[in-house]
Amino acid sequence: MSIENTKVGAEKRAVTEKRTNGGEIGWEGQTLQRMLAETERLTEETGYYRGLEDLELKEGERFEYERLYSRLRGALVSARETALHVSASPIVREIGELCFQIYTPEGDSIAVSTGIIVHVHTGSLAIKWMIDQDYEHDRGIEPGDVFCNNDNDLGNVHTTDVHTIVPIFHDGELVAWADGVTHEADIGGASQGHTSIVHTSRFEDGIYATCEKIGEDDELYQDWKVRGERATRTPMYWDLDEKCRLAGCHMIREAVHEIIEDVGAETFKQFTREAVEEGRRTMESRVQERLFPGTYRSTSFAALPLEEEGWKPEQQQDTMHHLPVEMEIREDGTMSLDMEGTSSQGDHSFNAAEGSMTGGLWVSLTQCLLHDGKVNDGSHYALDTHFPEGSLTNPDDPQLSFHAPWGTIMPAFQAVWENVSQGFFARGFREEVVTGYSETSDSVQGGGTLLESMAQMIPDEVGDYFPVSPFDLSCQGLGASAVRDGLDYGYAMWNPESDMGDIEEWELVQWGTQYLSRQIKTDSAGHGKYRGGSGWEGVMTVMGTDECTLYKAAQPDVTFSKAGMSGGYPGSTKYAVRAHDTDLAERAREGDPYPVGDTPPGTFEEHIDGDVTRTHRGNYFPKEYDNHDVMHFQMGGGPGWGDPLERPLPKVVKDVEAEVYSPDTVESVYGVVGAFDEKHRAFDLDEAATETAREAIRERRREESETFEAFYERERDRMADGDVAEVVAEMYRDAFDMSEAFETEFHDFWDLDRSGF
Amino acid sequence: MASETDERQVAQLIDGDIGWSELRNDVLPDPKDGERFEVTRRLLEERVDFENPILLPLNDHLYAVGTDRGRIVKCDCGHEFCSLGENWKHHARVRIREDEGEHREIYPEYQTPHPDWDFQLREWFCPGCYAQLDVDAVPAGYPVWQSFEPDVDTFYEEWLGEPAPDTR
Repeated sequence: MSIENTKVGAEKRAVTEKRTNGGEIGWEGQTLQRMLAETERLTEETGYYRGLEDLELKEGERFEYERLYSRLRGALVSARETALHVSASPIVREIGELCFQIYTPEGDSIAVSTGIIVHVHTGSLAIKWMIDQDYEHDRGIEPGDVFCNNDNDLGNVHTTDVHTIVPIFHDGELVAWADGVTHEADIGGASQGHTSIVHTSRFEDGIYATCEKIGEDDELYQDWKVRGERATRTPMYWDLDEKCRLAGCHMIREAVHEIIEDVGAETFKQFTREAVEEGRRTMESRVQERLFPGTYRSTSFAALPLEEEGWKPEQQQDTMHHLPVEMEIREDGTMSLDMEGTSSQGDHSFNAAEGSMTGGLWVSLTQCLLHDGKVNDGSHYALDTHFPEGSLTNPDDPQLSFHAPWGTIMPAFQAVWENVSQGFFARGFREEVVTGYSETSDSVQGGGTLLESMAQMIPDEVGDYFPVSPFDLSCQGLGASAVRDGLDYGYAMWNPESDMGDIEEWELVQWGTQYLSRQIKTDSAGHGKYRGGSGWEGVMTVMGTDECTLYKAAQPDVTFSKAGMSGGYPGSTKYAVRAHDTDLAERAREGDPYPVGDTPPGTFEEHIDGDVTRTHRGNYFPKEYDNHDVMHFQMGGGPGWGDPLERPLPKVVKDVEAEVYSPDTVESVYGVVGAFDEKHRAFDLDEAATETAREAIRERRREESETFEAFYERERDRMADGDVAEVVAEMYRDAFDMSEAFETEFHDFWDLDRSGF
Repeated sequence: MASETDERQVAQLIDGDIGWSELRNDVLPDPKDGERFEVTRRLLEERVDFENPILLPLNDHLYAVGTDRGRIVKCDCGHEFCSLGENWKHHARVRIREDEGEHREIYPEYQTPHPDWDFQLREWFCPGCYAQLDVDAVPAGYPVWQSFEPDVDTFYEEWLGEPAPDTR
């Protein structure tokens, strides 16, 4: 059908007519730039979104207002649930790594679908950037246009999240924007994978669409499609993911047109304004209802051990990132989040743009404070953020790599969650406490090609390349709350609907890899009265490939990110073990045991002969894997809550029987003694020995602890002498360079002049 | 005034013995019990042996309480740490785990911080009862910051619309 005969065609004619008469595409003939400026002015001056002190529709016609909200959000959720079937990538289709949003003409989020709701605010930033750059007059914003963005510096979380943005017109006016995001399996780039830790700059990240117009009249440009075909390793996934996003955006556009037809444009416009203001008020009232006013402070750390693994000279160094978070909850229910003292940006892929950080904020708050689905940019107006310019959390150089900002976002938001949880606990909402989580790793990534004989067995459209990007990482241990243990192997902070997918589904996509096992990773859960959720481990091998490359990102790697709360410990760190040139095929033929894990660590090698590499460091860069080589990976445990000595004995017994903890560990940490019958998974508790062991632990606390003064004097001398590892010293020096305030506070605490660190 | 059921529920939350079904269906969803804070505070006061009014709980064992000498941080064992405005950790006992062997008492081999990175677990104990009050995971030399400075008066007077328990 010709575009002229469609709704888009009619809207194009309406826009042309309006412009012929001197009008602009904004409301009441204004430019979008003027609308944006006016919105910012009114909000700033009045404290209400666009000065909306009275919510006439919401208060006057409550049913109509709520019906509109449900209808619009329903359209977004429906678009997501329907469009994902267009995709072929299991990341999108199986795991649901996609999300749809709708924005006001100025770019403020009105509502968001389920899914990767981290993008509540990222599309907002991209739309506002296009408005600021005067796209409406220069590049042009027309009915039927299609824009694409994955440039983190302009509004995105990480480079493999790709946005399709479609303007929605009515009567010659731009009434809203629809935005769909999918998480790509591959966008080209120097290394395979969806979250590469290998890259050092933008020039290695792969395809960047910088708020680019990629189509008009509802059709994608030919040259854009050709680019995707030739510049990604998985062009079929790229193509179908793009069609998925575009289809969803068009479903949303159609829904908006139907709503306007039913209630009128003015009511729709009024609704969108009030929805944003409601979001702002909801945030403030929820803060006053659930939290406690005051100042909160927590710090996370992220180790990046690349000295041995780095490919480029500039990345061949070990680094520890400093991620301090101070939050203030004010009398009026507003909040501030300040990361003054954060480490500087760098030549690695862990740079997190400001949009990435605000994305992390919304995906966090929607899980702990705003879980009724009504999250939008109104919440953003109720919160001040300070992500220092030039830091890891707000880089000032778009030429950096932004491929794996989650390596910064996830540890940073553990500190945010601790602060918010402290507020929940103070207020009596113990069930809402979350001590943290395991960051989503090991992230196993890579890819390869099949042997000719194998390639003939799969559809031609798939090609002979297979990506390796399983979402096993979606199932980590969640931290404990203050009333119960954390969720075992079932949580990812960036998607509250976390799902690892079916193993068979992944094997159908990652043709050259086969899973040998998944099992609980004993002793990975953080200890406490309430323990963190357990992690797990897996083993995979490579079969039928001509060539295959695999790597893994680990976090926490060689240090913890953050501890538990109220006396609870962090989950364990991660490490790496792999075997090359193995006897796996022979073992299979003979029916001999093969590795199904590495618990306790060191046992992997007992069931495989070959060239085994084991490192305390958890990450490694891409390695060539031949057929029958074996890779071990693990997912982490969450942090705990409370003194482990207060964990009820029946729970500890159950922990051992479920292999969450080993008998040795429960004896040394919980003071619980007994005999474990591994065959029958039965732990026979020795109550008398347990009582003695617990008293011995208490006695050791008395004997081995020291006063704060003694600790302070010793550590101060150490600081004065510079007696810490170079990687730690460099973290301090870098933080001082980034923040005079942090440097002053550090030196004041240790009562040192500035000659040392 | 909270109902009897609410009190039972809050007591179960404090004791950690609430069932998953009740937690999932009755406690976690919105809207929340509007009396939660006051009921929690009252139940906690009934459980401690001291008479000082509890202003708010800080963690499993520590409370901000009112005294004739002002607001202080106090352990449920009765040990008094310091004024509420100070960092209670500066008045606690601490054990540092930094060597791999010290970490290995808590975690298996390879699942600890790498020894070359000087990363510590700091275990904070009450000098009175030796309960483990907190654990910090930080690199050597990291200052001991005050993690929470509650604004007690704003909370009671502006948010709850009543004076704090120590000023009633």
